[in-house]
Amino acid sequence: MIDIFLASGIILIFTIFLCLYRVVFGPGVINRLIAVNTIGTKTIIVLVIIGFLFGRPLFVDISIVYAMITFIATLAIAKYLRRGCIC
Amino acid sequence: MVVGAFGLLRLPDFYTRAHASGKCDTLGEGLILIGFMLYEGATLISLKLLLLIIFIFISSPTAVHALVNVAYARGVRPWRKGEERQ
Repeated sequence: MIDIFLASGIILIFTIFLCLYRVVFGPGVINRLIAVNTIGTKTIIVLVIIGFLFGRPLFVDISIVYAMITFIATLAIAKYLRRGCIC
Repeated sequence: MVVGAFGLLRLPDFYTRAHASGKCDTLGEGLILIGFMLYEGATLISLKLLLLIIFIFISSPTAVHALVNVAYARGVRPWRKGEERQ
């Protein structure tokens, strides 16, 4: 079972590098922003996989907090781009 | 999630990229976490994984919808057939 976790983790990290191309070369702010959002949602899964791989499933707490931080950051940047201020 | 990343890399427009990445990420993440719930069994960690699944099914489409709304308000034009890739 550990091999399956390791293989899925490596595939997800390869996928993160594919999304990093869009962050570096993407035209405009919006494309970079949606790529960063995608990387954030993949990082949650990588954290859970690392927790189960090393036998410490309490990494789930860290991934819950990371999900909330990513959501709030995306909404704040979207509101800033829409209105010009966060208010 | 691999298909979503390739869609983010290859599709010609912002709206199609948002379509690919948003749906593939939400559903793929839910399925992987349901697999971890079945592996773990009925414990407290399984309950936390269920809370994470519910939070992501609410929050991820909301974030993508906010970004698409910002793009439409800033005047990003949709891609039409025969035009150059953006």
